Amino acid sequence: MQTDVNVAKMLEDPEFKALTSQKNRISLILTVCEMVLFFGFIALIAFQKPFLGTKISGAVTIGIPIAVGAIVFSWVLTGIYVFWANTKYDSMVRRIRERLGG
Amino acid sequence: MEQTAIGQANLTSIIFFLGFVASTLGITYWAAKRTRSTSEFYAAGRSITGFQNGLALAGDYMSAASFLGIAGLVSTRGYDGLIYSVGWLVGWPILTFLIAEPLRNLGKYTFADVLAYRLSQRPIRTAAATGSLVTVLFYLIAQMVGAGTLIKLMFGLPYEVALILVGTLMIAYVLFGGMLATTWVQIIKAVLLLGGATILVLLTLSKFGFSYAELFQAASTQYGDKFLQPGGLVSDPIDAFSLGLALMFGTAGLPHILMRFYTVPDAKEARKSVFYATGFIGYFYILTVTIGFGAAVLVGSKIITGIDKGGNMAAPLLAEALGGDVFLGFLAAVAFATILAVVAGLTLAGASALSHDLYVGVIRKGVANEKEEVKVARMATVGLGVAAILLGMLFKGQNVAFMVGLAFAVAASANFPALVMSIFWKGLSTTGAVASIYTGLFLAVGLIVVSPTVWVDIFKNPAALYPLKNPGLFSMGAAFIVAIAVSLLTADKGAEEKFSEEKLRSYVGIGAE
Repeated sequence: MQTDVNVAKMLEDPEFKALTSQKNRISLILTVCEMVLFFGFIALIAFQKPFLGTKISGAVTIGIPIAVGAIVFSWVLTGIYVFWANTKYDSMVRRIRERLGG
Repeated sequence: MEQTAIGQANLTSIIFFLGFVASTLGITYWAAKRTRSTSEFYAAGRSITGFQNGLALAGDYMSAASFLGIAGLVSTRGYDGLIYSVGWLVGWPILTFLIAEPLRNLGKYTFADVLAYRLSQRPIRTAAATGSLVTVLFYLIAQMVGAGTLIKLMFGLPYEVALILVGTLMIAYVLFGGMLATTWVQIIKAVLLLGGATILVLLTLSKFGFSYAELFQAASTQYGDKFLQPGGLVSDPIDAFSLGLALMFGTAGLPHILMRFYTVPDAKEARKSVFYATGFIGYFYILTVTIGFGAAVLVGSKIITGIDKGGNMAAPLLAEALGGDVFLGFLAAVAFATILAVVAGLTLAGASALSHDLYVGVIRKGVANEKEEVKVARMATVGLGVAAILLGMLFKGQNVAFMVGLAFAVAASANFPALVMSIFWKGLSTTGAVASIYTGLFLAVGLIVVSPTVWVDIFKNPAALYPLKNPGLFSMGAAFIVAIAVSLLTADKGAEEKFSEEKLRSYVGIGAE
């Protein structure tokens, strides 16, 4: 565990503050994206049934790629987050830890 | 197809089944020698890689009920089954964005550890353990009743015998092999289930020139355009929204899923594992939906509902039609493995709430040596396993499908709000968090009891006191409001002061175990 001096120092560190606010922002934006994606889909089913039943090619309705797209895009969103965290976030954490110890 | 081998003891299924039992018991024996400390019992010594944990998470989550149930729903109701499958995935991104890493950095074995980081140990652990146990028990009852019914349907074994078999095996895995054995059972199951479903999809598509367009064309020719359009699933938008909330935020409050993040060495691996898990689970639902459409066309929904009204035998029937007895036997054994992996994970999560949170955290006030804690955890495992078997027998023949939904509603209402607020909101007080957990818990359970699902369908009352089938919207909303209001009224200085330290550990991982 760190000494109290280091804890105080780190909490006041501008880079640490940037780190937390950036991470919160990304988490929040992606959470809102996923909610819009899913509840948008539910809203389409509730209010736009005929649209989802529109045929796009042969018997295939547009509802099918939309539903499968909701599954795939949910995964893509987690991929975006993990990619950002593995590249940007981890290197910011490393820099802070090198500078301030820990 | 006039005849089916489903429901009879089939030589290949017995061979596959015995092979699975033998190899998992072998793993349990191997794991038992490596399971002595608390960290080994609850968290596999934090030795699991992100990829392995991704598979194990998928193995923990993909239940036989969802595999057989979604395929069945698609085979009988077409597009509506596809809508249903989307809902079961959307919790995973939320888990990734908000919970996985802070949970790993702040906790040790249970999600209650995160809450107890800066709130008063005894009240918060009591509340969180109650929320965990209620979630686990509802989930477990649904799984056990489903297991008994499915095994009876597939192997012809009596319901009670099936329950005792499942219960004994799951107790053996968890009791002797702890999290290490449970993890490998889940990994093997995930590989078998994903592999088996992939083969079944390839066999299906080979009948349609490997073209989805042709599969859908055939489905539409046989069942009409309606089959590929949304039907009656979302008849009440508010109810659908309420269910959606529970599914989306409930996943991030399921104790057996949250517990898995402690098996990896650090937050980075935790984050990777949830990405892999989301991919595997999404792929699994796409396979399952394909199997459902395949079964509708190649087996026919009349035959499917003729064998089981709920359509649960759609996937096994398709496997039999395309791959004969051998493939049916394989798939039946896979379904059995699937049940075992899920109930083992649930039992371990329940046991850890009893031993780590209630016994050590509350009764012993945090002072107990490792040996004692592992011993209590093992006793809790046996107790829960026996309870699961007895509850399974008690609820025999009951319609318990709503209990999985209820488990998600409790997880989203009791566990998730307190957990997410303890991570992100400095002002959360012990009283606020405790009040939030009990509010979410009682509202979720109470509203289900007076909803059409229980009040009308089970208690046979003429009208429901609560109009919706899903409590999530009100129970989760109330849990958040109570957490904020009570915290503002009962400011917790000690908890606020510890927030800076928590923040460092949560974001940077300093001091994480």
